[in-house]
Amino acid sequence: MKMSITTSVSPSPQFYCRSAPASALCLNIQVQSSLAAVFAQALCHYPEGDPVLFPVAAHDFASPTPSHHTTGTPPALLHSCLLSRSLRSPSVWVYVLVTLPFPRDSDIILLTEVYYGSVELNMGSLLSQLGLECGRKEVKEEERHLRANDRELNLSYKYADNAIKTSKYNIFTFLPLNLFEQFQRLANAYFLFLLCLQLIPEISSLSWFTTVVPLVLVLSMTMAKDGSDDINRQRCDRQVNNRKVEVLIDGELRSEKWMDVQVGDIIKLENNQFVTADLLLLSSSEPLNLVYIETAELDGETNLKVKQALTVTGELEDSIEKLANFNGEVRCEPPNNRLDKFTGTLTLKGETYSLDNERVLLRGCTLRNTQWCFGLVVFGGPDTKLMQNCGKTTFKRTSIDRLMNVLVLSIFGFLALMCLILAIGNGIWEYQEGSKFATFLPKQEGVNAPFSAFLTFWSYVIILNTVVPISLYVSVEIIRLGNSLYIDWDRKMYYPKSDTPAEARTTTLNEELGQIKYIFSDKTGTLTQNIMTFNKCSINGKSYGELLDFSGQRVEIHEKTEKVDFSWNNLADPKFCFHDHSLVEVVREGNPEVQAFFRLLALCHTVMPEEKEGELYYQAQSPDEGALVTAARNFGFVFRSRTPESITVVEMGELVTYELLALLDFNNVRKRMSVIVRSPEGKLTLYCKGADTIIFERLNPSCSKLKEVTTEHLNEYAGDGLRTLALAYKDIDPEYMEEWKLRHHEASTAMDEREEKLDVLYEEIEKGLLLLGSTAVEDKLQDGVPQTIEQLSKADIKIWVLTGDKQETAENIGYSCNMLREEMTEVFIVSTNTAEEVRKELQTARRKMRPDGPEEPTVTKSRSGLFCLLKTETVADEPVDGEYAMVINGHSLAFALEKDMEMELLRTACMCQTVICCRVTPLQKAQVVELVKKYKQAITLAIGDGANDVSMIKAAHIGVGISGQEGMQAVLSSDFSFAQFRYLQRLLLVHGRWSYLRMCKFLRYFFYKNFTFTFVHFWYGFFCGFSAQTVYDEWFITLYNLVYTALPVLALSLFDQDVNDRWSFQYPKLYAPGQLNQYFSKRAFVYTLLHSGYSSLVLFFIPWAAMHDTVRDDGKDIVDYQSFALLAQTCLLIAVSIQLGLDTHYWTSVNQFFLWGSLCVYFAVIFTMYSNGMFLIFTSSFPFIGTARNSLNQPNMWLTMLLTSILCVLPVVAYRFLRILLWPTINDKVRYKVRQDKVLPPAPRRVQARRTSTRRSGYAFSHAQGYGDLVTSGKFLRRSPKSRPALFSQTDSPLAQTQPQFYRTISEREEPPLSSWD
Amino acid sequence: MMKEELETANRPDNTAFTQQRLPAWQPMLSAGIVIPGFVLIGLAFIGIGVALFIASQNITVLERDYTGVETVSDCYKCSNPSVKNCTCKLDFSLSNLFEGPVFFYYGLSNYFQSQRAYGASKDEYQLSGDLDYFKTPNSACSPYQYDANNNPIVPCGSLANSMFNDTFKLYQMVNGTKKLVPFDGKGIAWWTDYNIKYRNPSVTPLKNAFNGTVKPPFWSKPAYELDTSDPSNNGFVNQDFLVWMRRAALPDFRKLYRRITEGDYASGLPAGNYSLEIAYNYPVLSFGGRKKVVFSNVSWMGGKNQFLGIAYLVVGSLCVVMSMVMLIVYAKFKFPEDDK
Repeated sequence: MKMSITTSVSPSPQFYCRSAPASALCLNIQVQSSLAAVFAQALCHYPEGDPVLFPVAAHDFASPTPSHHTTGTPPALLHSCLLSRSLRSPSVWVYVLVTLPFPRDSDIILLTEVYYGSVELNMGSLLSQLGLECGRKEVKEEERHLRANDRELNLSYKYADNAIKTSKYNIFTFLPLNLFEQFQRLANAYFLFLLCLQLIPEISSLSWFTTVVPLVLVLSMTMAKDGSDDINRQRCDRQVNNRKVEVLIDGELRSEKWMDVQVGDIIKLENNQFVTADLLLLSSSEPLNLVYIETAELDGETNLKVKQALTVTGELEDSIEKLANFNGEVRCEPPNNRLDKFTGTLTLKGETYSLDNERVLLRGCTLRNTQWCFGLVVFGGPDTKLMQNCGKTTFKRTSIDRLMNVLVLSIFGFLALMCLILAIGNGIWEYQEGSKFATFLPKQEGVNAPFSAFLTFWSYVIILNTVVPISLYVSVEIIRLGNSLYIDWDRKMYYPKSDTPAEARTTTLNEELGQIKYIFSDKTGTLTQNIMTFNKCSINGKSYGELLDFSGQRVEIHEKTEKVDFSWNNLADPKFCFHDHSLVEVVREGNPEVQAFFRLLALCHTVMPEEKEGELYYQAQSPDEGALVTAARNFGFVFRSRTPESITVVEMGELVTYELLALLDFNNVRKRMSVIVRSPEGKLTLYCKGADTIIFERLNPSCSKLKEVTTEHLNEYAGDGLRTLALAYKDIDPEYMEEWKLRHHEASTAMDEREEKLDVLYEEIEKGLLLLGSTAVEDKLQDGVPQTIEQLSKADIKIWVLTGDKQETAENIGYSCNMLREEMTEVFIVSTNTAEEVRKELQTARRKMRPDGPEEPTVTKSRSGLFCLLKTETVADEPVDGEYAMVINGHSLAFALEKDMEMELLRTACMCQTVICCRVTPLQKAQVVELVKKYKQAITLAIGDGANDVSMIKAAHIGVGISGQEGMQAVLSSDFSFAQFRYLQRLLLVHGRWSYLRMCKFLRYFFYKNFTFTFVHFWYGFFCGFSAQTVYDEWFITLYNLVYTALPVLALSLFDQDVNDRWSFQYPKLYAPGQLNQYFSKRAFVYTLLHSGYSSLVLFFIPWAAMHDTVRDDGKDIVDYQSFALLAQTCLLIAVSIQLGLDTHYWTSVNQFFLWGSLCVYFAVIFTMYSNGMFLIFTSSFPFIGTARNSLNQPNMWLTMLLTSILCVLPVVAYRFLRILLWPTINDKVRYKVRQDKVLPPAPRRVQARRTSTRRSGYAFSHAQGYGDLVTSGKFLRRSPKSRPALFSQTDSPLAQTQPQFYRTISEREEPPLSSWD
Repeated sequence: MMKEELETANRPDNTAFTQQRLPAWQPMLSAGIVIPGFVLIGLAFIGIGVALFIASQNITVLERDYTGVETVSDCYKCSNPSVKNCTCKLDFSLSNLFEGPVFFYYGLSNYFQSQRAYGASKDEYQLSGDLDYFKTPNSACSPYQYDANNNPIVPCGSLANSMFNDTFKLYQMVNGTKKLVPFDGKGIAWWTDYNIKYRNPSVTPLKNAFNGTVKPPFWSKPAYELDTSDPSNNGFVNQDFLVWMRRAALPDFRKLYRRITEGDYASGLPAGNYSLEIAYNYPVLSFGGRKKVVFSNVSWMGGKNQFLGIAYLVVGSLCVVMSMVMLIVYAKFKFPEDDK
């Protein structure tokens, strides 16, 4: 009895179990067994509690059906939902106990560790969770059941129909919902609280408008933005819902709106139509019931994928009658978000057929190259996998955000302290003075000193609220938005070739771009272009592809080098370029070896041809293969078409059809592929291409001399970082072939050990080959990658490459992009198979790098975050002499990432200049990122382009997606995207640095101006009996943040630059302060606080001293409250404006305009507000009538303002000047140098570094199993999978081998851990 | 070969703004600016300071406390709150001419007009002559909103109720006889207060407007009798009332009472003996307050204030000293040459 169990754990349970709270965990257990029933239990072991048993819902696929494609049993699907008991438990062990009725086969225990994402507690999620738990008690859909053409039954299940709704509000819910959301923000809620306080007359120290005006402004701004977003979403929804599709209703096809389509309907799709819902494919116009679809909207990949209907439904064809009578029942998994998986069964006429992903068309795909197809709606609207994937993405916050939260909280504490001091002061005053002063100011009834102090406390809470200004958050958002727009607008990050500008997809993370310490990069498509070009070849001992000058020296090939003219070949691909003319000449002369060489390339592959508008396109499994076939095409051996039995090639203009006798496909063990063809003349030939080592083993001894020469060439190619393949052929005796074919047929239909038998057969025929030569394909690096990496490492950013590639490839790329260098002290390679060995290697490496280092890492434990709830452990950086690098493979990494070894890994890896992890899975990529995040407390950035990078892009603080020619998935989950890796340096060194600088300047200044503003109130408390009397006019309090100081500080934080972009590149060291958090930290905050304290003292006591016993020049008293308020507020405004000027490094005209404009507006406003007219209209709101006129004509007022401003500013100037002299920072030095030089630094050069290494590339072949054999041979298609060892729970058709989502580069990145073809 | 036309629909605009290349002035705190700047500011400040100091020195101020705390003081007898209608006098002599125009102030200390509740306890509408608010004064005026019989108080509120009500008469002793120094009580309040902010209801006679209202409890006479001799100085536009209602920002303050601009005293108070007759009504001792009278003249920079001049001198000197320090540091450390 063979059985296998795989469990899959949904990492984002909230999508999978829609109505379950976010803390639930879902398990899917697949059991393959031919037994009638399976019982299972899941045993969950929580780290901090007792194990808990959960029953697992078992689906009984009882009767083994004589399905045409399987004789094994369909997998039983068990699933269960486990509720986590603790939100914070990081991981859960799940044991699944599967009990089978037969005693001997029972008790298989399976162990899976389930990782729980850290659950961030925030008000919103808590509320939504509560809402979920008490609101809807929806029963989770356990299984979907539907019957075709039976609307009544299907409607009874109340499945969602096909209408989608992505908008949040409607007209009636907009206001309450939006307000509710907005008041969940702390700052807004705080202001609402203040507003409530102000309504109590005993407390209200300010008029209502001081709070209402800013609050309404902020709320309405946010509301406008949310509203317009939602209107756009509604418009999109409407458009999509109203699309038309043909639906089979009551035996006829009717055109219906998408939103009216129900689960269980049969719909007809035509070519180039969008797939309406998630459909079970029934039949299609194409042979073998195939359909071709484009999945660009789902995963962004533009190449076509193949789906195939079951034969039994395929027979329905396009007969409306048959389709209308079709009454198949589908049972399948409940809606989920996994694009690559579908499990279910179709029961038709008492027989059950298994369904998998290959039978399903997903909403969002487009039908291509298929005239029509019919499908049965399985999931509609919100249940479709597309919509299930549109879940909320985790909200990333920047470290400044977190710091700001901490600061705001401590400001609250500080505010409370100030209010407490003032309240105590009030209590004492009331007790000592107030009680006596009662003659003139009678006490309110029942208000004694303590109660008065209590009221005063709240009054001061209102007055001093400006320390936590509401406009801070709005301004921060505006600044981030502005700086994001700069990224979108940057022409230097625009890639003209694909017309792609850079895009800031998240507008809230900018400043963190200036603090990156670690970059995790994918390789393929990120560092490399994933474009393979046929670069060189060696044919019959002669190497082609080099340009040599007369003296035999290699000539550098650049863009202007003359290209080979392929115009003689009207089928040539115009994009192909080659520079060595001699090869064309040889081909056209008719050299038999060269022709055989290209014939082989044209025949031996699994590429699918496609003709679009008369142009020939190739659908290649891997880019390598496409490059080789294209090369053959251009050199006159054009692969035109293929049928299962034949391959048609245009050989030097002549149409030749070869009969395809066998295709010995590639797999990772064989590392070669062969075809056996019969030429029109009847000659049988085997063509084989594969890894050089493999081919060389199977050569005819007569080739030994050629082998030597070719090996030399291969070494040369490998030294240039090219990927090589060796080509060989062999003529076959027809009789032998007949006999071999018989045996082959026997083997391929064998019940067991089919693979092994076939392997033996293949081995037998692929022998005694004759060497033709070798090819060299260049895996092109993206432009400027080595320079970018060099720049970034100069900026002290560590770059780790995490790739699914093989170790050799990864190393190779490491060398070619300058991360690994020949002159490095040592490159450690960790690639072992046991935990102990991995630990030993890591330790050895560490001791070598730092012989005198301590065995235990220095770990600083601290607490941070709100209320210091977060415990952090930081591992200190350790200095090493010399340059080291580490290469670790996925297998070792799996051990190294275990709890007990991760520290070892981290220490060793962080000592190295370069870390390359190869053969890693997407999950491991995320784990590595998490590890660094956890112990380094450093800001991380992950950059990648493919679906396999999504996990790490989401895990890192900042995810960057390469918006390349394919693969949108990474971009969709990224925070920033652009087309070329080299733009990363501009993103970080220019935009990131500026954003960080600006944000820090903004925050420092903002806190400064508000603290200064507020502290003056504090001092005035001592002169007004601590009665919460404001020192400024109420209108000034209202407008200070919103009008008088808003724009200048915005200009500062949108335009400021310390040095321009060229200099930023010239001195990457300028980036360092950001990594060290130097510009804004708790320390900087305390300095700001002290600075404000000083300024407020000056701003209060200088006017006080200058005014308290003097009079105006006309003898009237000057120190009345209103004049004093005017003086204090004017002094303040002038002082903070000058301070702003001092902080501004980059004075654009906008800065000037805003600063002077704001001051002018201030004076204009006070003269207006204090005018007769305003008083006559709004008597009680503008009591300051005449103050401006009567006070500002006094010389001593102006002299006081001058004195306070100078006293506020000069010490700062002196301090900064001396600091620059005594302790200059890198920033000061560069600015000084810029001033001295007054010329721009040279524009960054782009020189392609050429590597002179003699390392052998181990790269052989880059593709895995293709769908070639499906299309080449009908008999392969019908080949039953029964003989495949059932140990692997692979899906049943060969088509399934091509996991569509990873189609492009499945072996490029990683191989599935269990592949039946290995 | 065909040159392929590249699609550039998404190419961002090439403007100085979007490319962050706006022309800008980039000042730096270099020695060439900072050190001379400090010297210049220092010198300027010293200049201003000297001018202010001299101006302040030239101002004469005569200040006398008449609270009557000391037993020797004539006003001691009045300081007992039970004594009503008490008059006391304060003698002083001038050895030189007290140059005019001389301003006569009363000063109060430890008096919290700056208290929030005190300041808010008034009715702006009532004071601007709105008769509706005569009937229902602002609730902020409480407890001086209504009297015990629920009659509205006009003007309501603590601020008005506590109006200063000591009165003064100044006599010069000329050959043993008392010669009254004429006081000018006009134009001591702000023009805006007198003309715009405070207005009497347009009812004649003014008294009728106050029908059904009561005077503030501390007042000896109702508002419409504040100055019966001059209708333009009566009611809410009474100058003394206006001066009082412009509340002080600090607990120690002085308010202008009268100007001495007329007759023999237009050019100042000549040397000689003077006697100030005080109708002592206003109680301050209960809360530890003090009352004083101040005679002062003014200069271009207002009343006497030593602080501003001295502060300018000090700051100016500090700037000069600081510039020296910076010069020394600069000479010693220079700016470090670029690191490469």
